Amino acid sequence: MTTPRLQLSGITKRYPSVVANSDVSLTVMPGETHAVLGENGAGKSTLMKIIYGSVKPDAGEVRINGQLMQIRNPKDARANGISMVFQHFNLFDTLTVAENVWLGLARDSLDQVTASIVAKATEYGLDIDPERPVHTLSVGEMQRVEIIRALLTRPELLILDEPTSVLTPQAVDKLFVVLKKLASEGCSILYISHKLHEIRELCNACTVLRGGKVTGVCNPSEESNASLSRMMIGAEPPQLQHRPQQADAVVLAVNGLSLERDDQFGVDLEGIDLQVRGGEVVGIAGVSGNGQKELMYALSGEDGRAPKGSIRMGETDVSALHPGERRKLGLHFVPEERLGRGAVPTLSLAHNLLLTRTGSISLPKFAGGWIKVGALEQHAAQLIKTFNVKAGGPRALARSLSGGNLQKFIVGREIDAQPKLFIVSQPTWGVDVGAAAQIRGEILALRDAGCAVLVVSEELEELFEVSDRLHVISKGQLSPSVPIADASIERIGVWMSGLWDDDLQRHLAELEETTEPGLTGVPGANHAQA
Amino acid sequence: MLKLEARPEPSRVWTYGSPLLALLVTVLIGALMFLALGKDPIKGLEMFFWLPVHNAYAVGELLVKATPLLIIALGLAVCFRSNVWNIGAEGQYIIGAIFAGGIALLANADSSRWIVVPILLAGVFGGMLWASLTALLRDRFHANEILVSLMLVYVAVQVLSYLVGGPWKDPMGFNFPQSKTFEAVTRIPRLFEGSRVSIGALLALLSVAGLWVFLFRTRAGLALQVGGLAPAAARYAGFSSRKALWTALLMSGGAAGLAGALEVAGPIGQLTPYVPAGYGFAAIIVAFVGRLHPVGMVFSAILMSMFYIGGELAQSRLGLTKSLTGVFQGLLLFNLLACDTLVNYRLKWSK
Repeated sequence: MTTPRLQLSGITKRYPSVVANSDVSLTVMPGETHAVLGENGAGKSTLMKIIYGSVKPDAGEVRINGQLMQIRNPKDARANGISMVFQHFNLFDTLTVAENVWLGLARDSLDQVTASIVAKATEYGLDIDPERPVHTLSVGEMQRVEIIRALLTRPELLILDEPTSVLTPQAVDKLFVVLKKLASEGCSILYISHKLHEIRELCNACTVLRGGKVTGVCNPSEESNASLSRMMIGAEPPQLQHRPQQADAVVLAVNGLSLERDDQFGVDLEGIDLQVRGGEVVGIAGVSGNGQKELMYALSGEDGRAPKGSIRMGETDVSALHPGERRKLGLHFVPEERLGRGAVPTLSLAHNLLLTRTGSISLPKFAGGWIKVGALEQHAAQLIKTFNVKAGGPRALARSLSGGNLQKFIVGREIDAQPKLFIVSQPTWGVDVGAAAQIRGEILALRDAGCAVLVVSEELEELFEVSDRLHVISKGQLSPSVPIADASIERIGVWMSGLWDDDLQRHLAELEETTEPGLTGVPGANHAQA
Repeated sequence: MLKLEARPEPSRVWTYGSPLLALLVTVLIGALMFLALGKDPIKGLEMFFWLPVHNAYAVGELLVKATPLLIIALGLAVCFRSNVWNIGAEGQYIIGAIFAGGIALLANADSSRWIVVPILLAGVFGGMLWASLTALLRDRFHANEILVSLMLVYVAVQVLSYLVGGPWKDPMGFNFPQSKTFEAVTRIPRLFEGSRVSIGALLALLSVAGLWVFLFRTRAGLALQVGGLAPAAARYAGFSSRKALWTALLMSGGAAGLAGALEVAGPIGQLTPYVPAGYGFAAIIVAFVGRLHPVGMVFSAILMSMFYIGGELAQSRLGLTKSLTGVFQGLLLFNLLACDTLVNYRLKWSK
């Protein structure tokens, strides 16, 4: 029998309030692509940090190629043939690709490094120009740089942390080709993810974590999504009912919104056109960093620079109104950052209500009005109950809640205001599967009650689940919308690279041939006819 | 080996226990210091912790010192809670004193007793005016308010020197750089016969109540603090950061100016180059030791005054230097910061 490349046994790591890993064992054979599956907070990242030497376990053994090892730091790990590609890249924007890679390999000259980058890139089909400055690269290209950097150390074990969360579906396919080639050459891969279909496609072994413990070891290609998800969350994810509904009058109309970036690493918005009607959910797909953040700031009013007339709610031009005034008109917004933007970490849940709600403020308006503490805490208690938030009560500090529970509270706070227009950014980012299903259910219920809903998300599955129409945002431009019935993952994936024009032209040409003239108004809307 | 382990939640017990422990450690180190100076530590500590409170007169003197410290600290707490770092309360205090002194110098023997009201209002206005310079520069030009407010202290000192050495110099004052002594009617009314405690102490206590209500019961107070705790959340909620900046600086400037007016028209009774006594800086310590809480600052202001008086007593009775005041202030702040570790961490023995 061959020696395992990596063998962990009895790994335990305790933090003050949680046990991140409890008696975790894991075996990776040479050439194996091993998935580590688990929800957010299941202990995947801690385990990887232990293998990579940036966290010291409280108990347990790490064996590499059969030898007992003490990995003290990442340098140590690299010396033992372990490389890691992080979810957040460690690249300097102002340096070129070659210079960035060179920083980690100080003994070679820059020319040597450039040559070896080109060699590796050709070998694995990772198309990249070493002379380009990193800030001109797309997120997918940056990931390639990280992978090349990892490969140049000739790893025997490559760890990838949620590598596909920043990629278009097509880029994911390309990545998988590279990973399969690597594995065929005998390199072991640890692949961290919570996306079941990817794991079933790519991996030939899988360790499932839940609450810091191993709840299953299996071959994912022999499992179904349902059985994997049972191991991961202890239940099958609930299914949502999406009933068709007639959309009403336009509630939000964005016309030719162009906005220059506010900070150096931001994105310029260019001619955004967007309409959201009452009783429909409009989704915006896209790889992060393509202008979503900037668009949200402009719509919520946190960025008040939008040109006059570019953002309307009903008949009212709201482009010059600040967030409080837009809220009075019925716009409620859930930002993607919960701690620090959607909620103040060091204030109680009750006081966090006051950020967007004025129900517990009594007149007269001296100093902004008087806070009725009793009513405020009662209101918070009621929200905690209605939206099934696990919290110590209205006085619990926002930061004491888990990400999912805080998100339920914030979403609840905004939905409870009975908005006319509800905008939510990354509604289930970092939220566990049960809470995510609940939040998506709330979004649909709001839509059924006639509210106009705009959802921005990086999770395509989520957008397909809740949206009636989809837009794609890429490099600060917004595609035309396409009804969900005509959208496919592949098609939206192509659009996510900004390539919707060709697709639309081809489609229009088809329409010319197959249908009578006069129906070619909104391209996406007619797609059902094609 | 002793190990610090992070607590999952900040400890409630230590939030209150830490200042007490810090005081205890300060007393212990103080005792060691007196030993090292060759003095009886009991006698030395008596100067700082017993004589300042041993009879009614002494307590009165303590309150005279504590009043300006408390009033300034209350204003600073608003600033610090809203993340506006006003380090220049001393300057706002001086300008407040100058404005109040200007009104007091207009009085003559026939003036009404009510002239005290315009004197106090002038002080508040002067402090606000000085703080608004900082607010304006930060608002318009993003100037750093720490530097601007601190620099303006030295400008204020020069303004005072110019006035008392020039236009406002007492013609009968043997060329000393000081104004003439204010008329008796301008003096801030005292609360009791035989004690120097004035209505300033009452104003300070009213301000404590007022600040508590503002911070914890009004939406404007909450908005201000959200701006300090999480600026992005304030922007999301639609709380104006400019409004918070101006409110905080005007409130703290006004408070410092009021303290200046109370001092110059109270215990001092004329404008001299010695009006700036460091209250504006000491109040920063008062604010932090009192945890920026209105009630907490009452205690810390009294404690700081004990150090002031103790230092003077140590000089006159034990022949020690008055700088001991500063040593005790520094010790207390240092110990408090050290003890605060226990709020978020616990000590653990491990092999």
